[in-house]
Amino acid sequence: MKFGIVRFPGSNCDADAYRAVTEGLGQEAEYLWHKSHDLAGVDVIILPGGFSYGDHLRAGAIARFSPIMKEVVEFAQGGGLTLGICNGFQILCEAHLLPGALVRNAGLRFRCHDVGLRVENADTSFTRDYEQGQRLRIPIAHAEGQYVAEPATLDELEAEGRVVFRYVDADGEPTAAANPNGSARNIAGIINAGGNVLGLMPHPERVALEVLGNLDGLGVFTSLLHTVQASATADGPAALAGVGP
Amino acid sequence: MSETFSVDVRITPRGGILDPQGETIARALGNLGYEGVSSVRAGRLVRIEIEAKSADAAQSEVERMCEELIANPTIEDYVVRVRDTVGQ
Repeated sequence: MKFGIVRFPGSNCDADAYRAVTEGLGQEAEYLWHKSHDLAGVDVIILPGGFSYGDHLRAGAIARFSPIMKEVVEFAQGGGLTLGICNGFQILCEAHLLPGALVRNAGLRFRCHDVGLRVENADTSFTRDYEQGQRLRIPIAHAEGQYVAEPATLDELEAEGRVVFRYVDADGEPTAAANPNGSARNIAGIINAGGNVLGLMPHPERVALEVLGNLDGLGVFTSLLHTVQASATADGPAALAGVGP
Repeated sequence: MSETFSVDVRITPRGGILDPQGETIARALGNLGYEGVSSVRAGRLVRIEIEAKSADAAQSEVERMCEELIANPTIEDYVVRVRDTVGQ
């Protein structure tokens, strides 16, 4: 299967995502230039981390209007699997593919360290290879990661199992101390109602290779692989040659 | 005939949205000895020069820009004000 990784001016986690997919997962990946209108037949789109357009105006606000975003939005609205990591999450919110917004961290500082995460919903296309409630250690690196939304929207996300990752402490509890940025209800990642668009602030692609000493993020990528393989089988003759790592 | 108008967009964090920048300014003012500051909210000002047929037309065009790009209504309030015309 093939992953498409969008490159905006200022993307800086594109190569990490590329290596997570090619070396960690053993699958194909292709960079998609922001000025292009061609999604190159990819099965999954990744909007990587970085500081697209220098984070000017608001993080993700300008990238959302990049030429390729027209096709990305159509792909996502048509059910295509779309993963936004960090700046990619901000872009998905600005593009209204996910509800809410990401604002300046409560402490005003750029936070760059590992955080504890709990898998709140292991029944998604992005998390099926994790256990429900599994605790992960995954790094964050952001200054604008405080997730905010209307209380009604937060309630809806919770009720529908669309809070997929939450910041937790060593005991797996979503305490204030475990919340690195002041996010509402310790939310670190959410999914859309259709279950095909996921955004998260932490960086699973930075912990998806053996050499990095932590494979806690690889499950996101294997989950996507297994989702695409399962749907290819369901659709008839498997068009995919890929196998898991 | 169209004129060039100078239009200000004043963007502030919506009520209820935590404004850590404003809080930091408020704390710093307290440390400097300013008393009686009960709230500080920090936003941004975007000043646009735009050609339009009238002040009303400039106003509504900039309001459309705000809806689409300049502000994010999920987290921000904005006020559009046409200041004056810009000399040719």
